Amino acid sequence: MVQRIRIRYAKRGPLRFTSHRDFARAFERAVRRAGIPVAFSQGFTPHPKISYASAAPTGVASEAEYLEIGLQAVVDPADLRDALDAALSPGLDVIEAVQASGGSSLADRIDASRWRIELPEIQPSALAEAVAAFVAADEVLVERMTKQGRRRFDARSAVVRIEVAYPVMTPVAAGGLPCAILDLVVRQVTPSVRPDDVLAGLRVVADLEPPVPPRAIRLAQGRLTAQGEIVDPLAVDDGTINDGTFIGDSSE
Amino acid sequence: MTVVNVFDQLERLLPQVSKPIQYVGGELGAVVKDWDSAAVRWALMYPDAYEVGLPNQGVQILYEVLNEQPDVLAERTYAVWPDLENLMREHGVPQFTVEAHRPVRAFDLFGISFATELGYTNMLTALRLAGIPLDARERSDEDPVVVAGGHAAFNPEPIADFIDAAVLGDGEEAVLEITNIVRAWKAEGSPGGRDELLLRLARTEAVYVPRFYDVDYLPDGRIQRVVPNRHEVPFRVRKRTTMDLDAWPYPRKPLVPLAETVHERYAVEIFRGCTRGCRFCQAGMITRPVRERSITTVGQMVRDGLEFSGFSEVGLLSLSSADHSEIGDICSGLAQQYEGTNVSLSLPSTRVDAFNITLAEELSRNGRRTGLTFAPEGGSERIRRVINKMVSEEDLIRTVVTAYTNGWRHVKLYFMCGLPTETDDDVVQIARLAHEVIKAGRAATGSRDIRCTVSIGGFVPKPHTPFQWASMASPAVIDERLRLLKQAINSEKSLGRAIGYRYHDGKPSLIEALLARGDRRVGAVIRRVWESGQRFDGWSEHFSYARWVDAATEVLPQYGVDLDWFTTREREENEVLPWDHLDSGLDKEWLWQDWQDSLREYEQDDCRWTPCFDCGVCPSMDTQIQVGPTGKKLLPLTPV
Repeated sequence: MVQRIRIRYAKRGPLRFTSHRDFARAFERAVRRAGIPVAFSQGFTPHPKISYASAAPTGVASEAEYLEIGLQAVVDPADLRDALDAALSPGLDVIEAVQASGGSSLADRIDASRWRIELPEIQPSALAEAVAAFVAADEVLVERMTKQGRRRFDARSAVVRIEVAYPVMTPVAAGGLPCAILDLVVRQVTPSVRPDDVLAGLRVVADLEPPVPPRAIRLAQGRLTAQGEIVDPLAVDDGTINDGTFIGDSSE
Repeated sequence: MTVVNVFDQLERLLPQVSKPIQYVGGELGAVVKDWDSAAVRWALMYPDAYEVGLPNQGVQILYEVLNEQPDVLAERTYAVWPDLENLMREHGVPQFTVEAHRPVRAFDLFGISFATELGYTNMLTALRLAGIPLDARERSDEDPVVVAGGHAAFNPEPIADFIDAAVLGDGEEAVLEITNIVRAWKAEGSPGGRDELLLRLARTEAVYVPRFYDVDYLPDGRIQRVVPNRHEVPFRVRKRTTMDLDAWPYPRKPLVPLAETVHERYAVEIFRGCTRGCRFCQAGMITRPVRERSITTVGQMVRDGLEFSGFSEVGLLSLSSADHSEIGDICSGLAQQYEGTNVSLSLPSTRVDAFNITLAEELSRNGRRTGLTFAPEGGSERIRRVINKMVSEEDLIRTVVTAYTNGWRHVKLYFMCGLPTETDDDVVQIARLAHEVIKAGRAATGSRDIRCTVSIGGFVPKPHTPFQWASMASPAVIDERLRLLKQAINSEKSLGRAIGYRYHDGKPSLIEALLARGDRRVGAVIRRVWESGQRFDGWSEHFSYARWVDAATEVLPQYGVDLDWFTTREREENEVLPWDHLDSGLDKEWLWQDWQDSLREYEQDDCRWTPCFDCGVCPSMDTQIQVGPTGKKLLPLTPV
């Protein structure tokens, strides 16, 4: 392996229903179609060296998914981005590719996500009330089916910010129906608190029952600063910030 | 007339269903065309779940052939799982195509490919969701013409009520001819409506329109005759044969799905047809003669297909892939071209007697050994003579030992149970054969780390085969033989441990037999069982034998027949069979003779290597065997 490239990609529109496994298969095929000189692991069944940072849940769109790919020949990251983007179906879009640098891994640089959730046919005022109740609670217990079975956990403590976005940005529903929008920043914890869990929390605290399935989109992932901002994990690699931000930082 | 995209309606339902990606489209190779500028529009369906339907070669070929026509639009639709079906009914979302999410009812033609009869109930779900009347005679000019194809269409009588037309045989040219007829009829302003269009299709003698034929029955329930009820309609409808596969190198742009499907590979048909003459094999009988694709076309298709798709496995498909006249050169040429690239080769159907060391080496050249399955089909030499599967025990042992000594640790052996004349002993012999395989494998490799899996399928007598007259064994008989076999496999513990045993009970086969050899009266059973909730008959978790038996018991007595009458009853030579008016090219007298030979345990050679035995196909269909060798070789690829 002579070069590592980090990639930011998006899952958009109908293709937000792609699961992480589906994406991984499609990405490997795209690597082959694009003729990318990917490095392979050693062993009896060699695998291409591709490692993924956390994956958005199936059905949730994202503008900020990350992966790293190891190469056996040096390529220009911009060419690689274009070639991979062309080899993937529209809706799975490669946005940015940079050569990896610095000592920290992608995982070191990601501990929070910013989400936007559109709730068609919900009045922004009703959402604001539910949000206020959620914020006021010390703990909001929700349930979700996991691989280990039904789990009950707190959806409140991981939420760093939860606000109703004004003005309404993109009304999804036609015919003058309202569409409330939630702006959310959530820290990565175990078990992970996903947009669905926060919506379940709003149901618990305020009986907020969306008549239409809400649409969530991940806008950003990265390291959460003390000011509540999210730092782009590729900022070190493209030279915007110093790796010292991540190194030596004890992660929770 | 423009048409609405139903994706917005569908999208709201998707978060509530399992694997929503299967309903979204977005495959590489998918084509979305402008609706209004298309003269003829086809919706193509494989009537099973997306994960099974998407890789289907037939649909992919027709999809590409149709979409290559500038004024033709073809889109695909698949069976939706019950979770989505229920939501679609509740919210009024119609059956849709996956590319542009257009309602199926808006298309001119709705083509459904039936690889097996087990898709019939799923067709009814799709028609109902589409808003198309189930009964073909109740359809209006606003409804598409529903066309059945695929191997099951060689006896479409059980679904005659639900389809408008059926096409027998190869589809490449047939879909274009149907398209031409529909295009011309529409351009003339659709004179005479639906009836006139169907009549024009029927007059070609290559499209079967069930409503133009009347079936009369004898008092004992057998068919008296099937006759056209319009004077322009032919007495018999002929199957289609595409000659020169090199002229039809499809799929060129294989569909590459986002969802996980049963096959993730670039598949190329290396030849079509088979004359080995296995008497149970409907595919081998109805796809004659053998037509090989040349080594150079195969090489070109693999190169283009892999480059387009990014797949890392190549499947060389046919009914018996090792029988291609240049299979050795194809495999070694491809293995050489893709050395060091992680591309693997597989031969899904390999005859025991055609597998050899060279082939084994080429298939395992890059270190990856795809699964090897051999199909002796019968456990005893006697039963193998009956079914004309001319494979000797020595061949089998030698072949399997070749595989073991070339690094395979595991081979699969496929057999059938319930074959005509079969005794308990014929089935128990499977255990002895498997024991011999393990013993020989251990001796040859000096290792105890080798295994085989014995997989058993239930025999189903199929139309257009010498066994079309045969009695089918009852589920009780089959289940008892399977029990004896299991006992026999485990009778020698040290060997039994190395043998996996997979089988299905005899019940699904019995229903498949009802649908395979049924006539129009079976249509009422299909409708009844579907109304009672039956779906996805090819899936053991969805198949309900009880529901089928209930439906048959409810519906068939009014006709004086029953489930056994269609399945376990042996037919006589002079009985009119429901598919006699559908011409596969096989001479019925030859089929009967082959059936009689089978009972005498006489074998029949392959006409590729011995003189013609007059099965009737070539002269009646004006076709001939097309086999190599061409003597050409695959050249090394220049690295990209």
